[in-house]
Amino acid sequence: MNETPTKREYLLPPKTNVGVIGWLKTNLFSNWHNSLLTFLLVALLAWLLPPLIRWAFIDSLWNSSAEACRNIDGACWSVIPNNLRFIILGFFPEGEEWRPIVAMLLLLGLVIYSKERSRWRKSLGWLWLANIIVMGSLMHGGVFGLSVVETSQWSGLPLTLLLSFFGMIVAYPFGILLALGRRSNMPTIKTMCVTYIEMIRGVPLISMLFMSSIMFPLFLPEGVTIDKVLRALIAIILFTAAYIAEVVRGGLQAMPRGQYEAADSLGLNYSQTMRLIILPQALKIVIPPSVGILLSVFKDTSLVVIIALFDVLKTTMVTLSNPEWGRYSTESYIFLALLYFCFCYAMSSYSRKLEKELDTGY
Amino acid sequence: MTDTQKNINSSATEKPIIEIIGMHKWYGEFHVLSDINLQVQSGEKIVICGPSGSGKSTLIRCINRLEEHQRGQIIVNGTELSNDVKNIEKVRAEVGMVFQHFNLFPHLTILENLTLGPIWVRKQPKKEAEENAMMYLEKVQIAEQAKKYPGQLSGGQQQRVAIARSLCMNPQVMLFDEPTSALDPEMIKEVLDVMIGLAEEGMTMLVVTHEMGFAKSVADRVMFMDEGEIVEQNSPDVFFDNPQHERTKLFLSQIL
Ligand SMILES: Nc1ncnc2c1ncn2[C@@H]1O[C@H](COP(=O)(O)OP(=O)(O)OP(=O)(O)O)[C@@H](O)[C@H]1O
Ligand SMILES: [Mg+2]
Repeated sequence: MNETPTKREYLLPPKTNVGVIGWLKTNLFSNWHNSLLTFLLVALLAWLLPPLIRWAFIDSLWNSSAEACRNIDGACWSVIPNNLRFIILGFFPEGEEWRPIVAMLLLLGLVIYSKERSRWRKSLGWLWLANIIVMGSLMHGGVFGLSVVETSQWSGLPLTLLLSFFGMIVAYPFGILLALGRRSNMPTIKTMCVTYIEMIRGVPLISMLFMSSIMFPLFLPEGVTIDKVLRALIAIILFTAAYIAEVVRGGLQAMPRGQYEAADSLGLNYSQTMRLIILPQALKIVIPPSVGILLSVFKDTSLVVIIALFDVLKTTMVTLSNPEWGRYSTESYIFLALLYFCFCYAMSSYSRKLEKELDTGY
Repeated sequence: MTDTQKNINSSATEKPIIEIIGMHKWYGEFHVLSDINLQVQSGEKIVICGPSGSGKSTLIRCINRLEEHQRGQIIVNGTELSNDVKNIEKVRAEVGMVFQHFNLFPHLTILENLTLGPIWVRKQPKKEAEENAMMYLEKVQIAEQAKKYPGQLSGGQQQRVAIARSLCMNPQVMLFDEPTSALDPEMIKEVLDVMIGLAEEGMTMLVVTHEMGFAKSVADRVMFMDEGEIVEQNSPDVFFDNPQHERTKLFLSQIL
């Protein structure tokens, strides 16, 4: 007993602060206005939820014909399975459906594989290159005995993923270069970058898309044509890069001067300093706003409808123009919203994970 | 030009590792450094002191070109500092610098902080750089922290890592800009001990510091700066016991 005279007692926290009751008390009923708000919310939910659940789940039909839906009060989810092929794949030729599906699975698979930072090596870059070639061959065909599918027939989800994914992947490094250029000591480079960024940011994406589809071809020499999907992709890249550049510039400005000085005093040159010291830290700081931009790019790809490209939003709208299914637009748009939500939520939760992993306690 | 030539020739027998000749520097209109002349022999330890704003930091930052001088010459290890980027990088690789606020790279582990320079500037193989780095961490008594991040260390430990980071480049000269003034009193000693050890091994050191005990025991020469000029430089005995200038006396009476 006398051996450890100073051993102190470790007490458990008071009962009221732990467990379900503790949680309720601190989070929902901590004071009178908090309690009032809780009751109001519960009442609101009690009023709204039952009819909603009734509509969506109880009175609804999930896989029926359009006729069967005429006689119910609930949701007609049947519109989705009946038109899934067209909503997802659009005008991709009959009998070749496996090609875009495999391409999309390859893309998703590699994205998931690339999530682990320990796998970010040179070999991963080669893997991506190989994957892009395979995906391109699958979509376009003309090799390995696959029939050629013109890009004008690319539509639905593959088109949305293509535009948004490659838009982001290419725009990000381009935006970083613009940000570095804007902070450059060389006046010409600086002026060019500032002009570019400010011009693009002063123009809506829609007009960029219009320009790419209508004006741009007028400037090309006779006989040269650039694919319409590619033009839209370029417009999206040019547009996104300007926004990324400004966000990255903010991160660069937040870097303390001591970091540059420490790198300089070791004898690192400009590109090493940027690549090894400044950008890794600056980009980490700007993960939240960058993800904001990437999410809006993903959603804004739906604007390509105005230049007659059929992304997944447009294919849904086409489905609804069929008189048989036209009245079930609510159900279709809810489905579409969920689809977009899944991708966006995955992106933002991954960014939060990345932020946590890169946190080194500074 | 001929003056310089003579200067370089005359010291050919014992070539100074740092030579500053008639150097001036301005920040905009403000004349921070005026007519600085300084020769540092290999192995010499110089302590620079002076009131705040006297240009001590600016002077040593000119030596590795973190600041640019506008007149005169700075020659480090035979390379003159000019706008030539290759020369600047060459000088910087030979001159280590320790900052008041450590300036470790927070996104890299301690070990990565140490191997960065050797791998990318000296082109050392990674394994060799790591072994070397571990040796220096051992020397500053912090080897067990190699896998941690700077944010997880105390100030004194971070400063010792910063010293080790410079040493990994195997520099000819080490510059210290108030290395202990951002530290709590109980951590100052651990950093000074490392610096004393370094001095005993014969490293050429220029140290801006207010630690007069360190100056007395380690310095070959103590230099007093005021208003951008080197007012007085002498061996520590003479400097502290028998200062020549009024300004030096005033300064010493304030800090001792
Ligand atoms: N980047 C700068 N632009 C303009 N003036 C500067 C700059 N850096 C320093 N100065 C000025 O130059 C003078 C010398 O600064 P310096 O940092 O060299 O002083 P110091 O002797 O190191 O002082 P301290 O003991 O406070 O560190 C000061 O008056 C300071 O205000
Ligand atoms: Mg200073």
